[in-house]
Amino acid sequence: MNWLCLTVRRHGLIRIGVSDLLPSGLPLETFEDVARGLTPRVRETLDAMEGRIDTFLASVMGESFEDRLSRIDLHLGAGGVDDFGLDPKWAKYGFFGAAVLYRHYFRCEVQGLENAPAGRALFIANHSGQIPIDAAMIGAAIFLEGDPPRVVRSMIEKWTQTLPFVSTFFSRMGQVVGLPENAKRLLESEEALLVFPEGVGGVSKTYDRAYQLAEFGLGFMRLAIETNTPIIPVSVVGAEEQYISIGSLPGVAKMLGLPVLPIIPQLFVPGGQLPLPVKYRIAFGTPMFFDGDPDDDDAVLEEKVWVVKTAIQQMLHDGLAKRKGIFF
Amino acid sequence: MGASAKTVLVTGICGRLGQLVVRQLHRSHRVIGVDRRPFDRLPADVVHHEVDLRKKKIRDVFRTEKIDAVVHLGVMHDPRKSSADHHSWNVAGFAKLLGYVAEFGVKKLVMLSSANVYGPHPNNPQFLTEDAPLLGGASFSDIRDLIELDHLAQGFFWKHPEVNTVILRPVHIVGTVRNAASNFLRLPVVPTLLGFDPLVQLVHENDVVRALISAVESDVRGIFNLAGPEPIPLSRILSRLGKPTIPVPHTFAQPLLRRLWNMRLTSFPPPEMDHIRYICMVDDARARSELHFQPAHDLASTIEAVNWGRW
Repeated sequence: MNWLCLTVRRHGLIRIGVSDLLPSGLPLETFEDVARGLTPRVRETLDAMEGRIDTFLASVMGESFEDRLSRIDLHLGAGGVDDFGLDPKWAKYGFFGAAVLYRHYFRCEVQGLENAPAGRALFIANHSGQIPIDAAMIGAAIFLEGDPPRVVRSMIEKWTQTLPFVSTFFSRMGQVVGLPENAKRLLESEEALLVFPEGVGGVSKTYDRAYQLAEFGLGFMRLAIETNTPIIPVSVVGAEEQYISIGSLPGVAKMLGLPVLPIIPQLFVPGGQLPLPVKYRIAFGTPMFFDGDPDDDDAVLEEKVWVVKTAIQQMLHDGLAKRKGIFF
Repeated sequence: MGASAKTVLVTGICGRLGQLVVRQLHRSHRVIGVDRRPFDRLPADVVHHEVDLRKKKIRDVFRTEKIDAVVHLGVMHDPRKSSADHHSWNVAGFAKLLGYVAEFGVKKLVMLSSANVYGPHPNNPQFLTEDAPLLGGASFSDIRDLIELDHLAQGFFWKHPEVNTVILRPVHIVGTVRNAASNFLRLPVVPTLLGFDPLVQLVHENDVVRALISAVESDVRGIFNLAGPEPIPLSRILSRLGKPTIPVPHTFAQPLLRRLWNMRLTSFPPPEMDHIRYICMVDDARARSELHFQPAHDLASTIEAVNWGRW
């Protein structure tokens, strides 16, 4: 009984013609027509919306935002993105979101940004706050207050690439998978990189260890020496208090395939899911230069890393001593 | 024919790419073709041996002709043929060919591999260099033949310093050629994975032909990635081609494609789906400096070339 006729195109996907069953037929062609008709309409709607969002954006952030956006030095290819997938059309909205948080939610206070060099740079910062808002705020600081405005690239976890939307979002924002090859390529083309040598161990620390730096990885030092890049120590004060973690559940985290599962009491209070509106205080230190053999013994590299780590720890102490309140 | 004219043996000349290579190559060199398929509109000065690579007749060709260079394009990758057939044809055929190249003092061997031997992975660096491991076979077994050929050629490169061995690894080739990537882009409605939009590199078939010919004519040896114009997100390629798309959640797409594949309703092997999920891009700085490779087709004309081939 040939009621469902399947025509297999030689090298393509299927085309199903149910023409034998239904006199008029409900073939894939109809679907194709609908899809063809729909796609341009969706695009038109999106384009119209984009115009409106852009005017709204300009009215909220003022002219300087657009101006800064246009001053960023990007190396876009004919595909409209740079080599790492950064798309200014989409990055704009990401920066906008970060800028709103930066100005109105966390009310960031920045000092020492004049220390940031214009060429290749490795920003090394303490990592805290359970979710990496600190990365976005450091990025926003360099974009909104730096001169010239720059896009700083953070090194993101590899497993984020397996997540839908997240992987595309990071790529269009110019964020890069944390691999030495990628970092080297970016630094050699004079880009700015943001690295958290503490990694997950830093961002997920419990509150009793707040503002005490976790163990530093050595990779960033190897990279700095190899590419002759200045290191700019960065301290972020405030992020530790955005989510107070009192412990973690390693067993459950392993079961769920997560790197870590913190226990955050505020999540169980209505409205507590948002980070607490703490005030961020970001300080940029003076650039540090290191030389030597990038393939040196770990012990030798550890000494150099220790110099950076103590500098950041000192900046954290200074920042904590200076601040009068957590929220103001 | 000038003084630098060579006698070049080309395997797999009846494929789309083979035909293009022969049409270019025979203008300045003597071309001998080997393919078990017939060649319809063969240029008059090209000798074509319609014979299986594994047959003894190939040895006679090497013995009677003074061959200066061998270009190996005869890699079978028809996903519908049995893998045993594939393996024997690809590996045994190429091993025989390597033997003749060494035995009869051929000066040059050019093998067309592919950037797919690296495979798309979530932890790939943005641009893979030639020394990256060939992990394409980790999930997609049909690429293992090509990886094995690539390794065979690499082994040959080290064992026979007197032969200038060149391995070319181009990214997805588009044009009149038939391959999974171009067939995918030629679908009337293109399924994509919801929330995934990897950067993709395409290269125009004519640029690959040019690279092959300059590999034959120059004295270079080694492995060269070929990347073509700048990378572009998959979604942009599809919108430039004016293709309607159906985004499918990836958790659902894999089993669906596997079912279609088992029912023989699609020619896209399910593990190949990773190509529209993860990046597999290469750095071709070595080809640009040593092979003087410079794609003549820009991004727009490369994308347009997708529509050249009809199926």
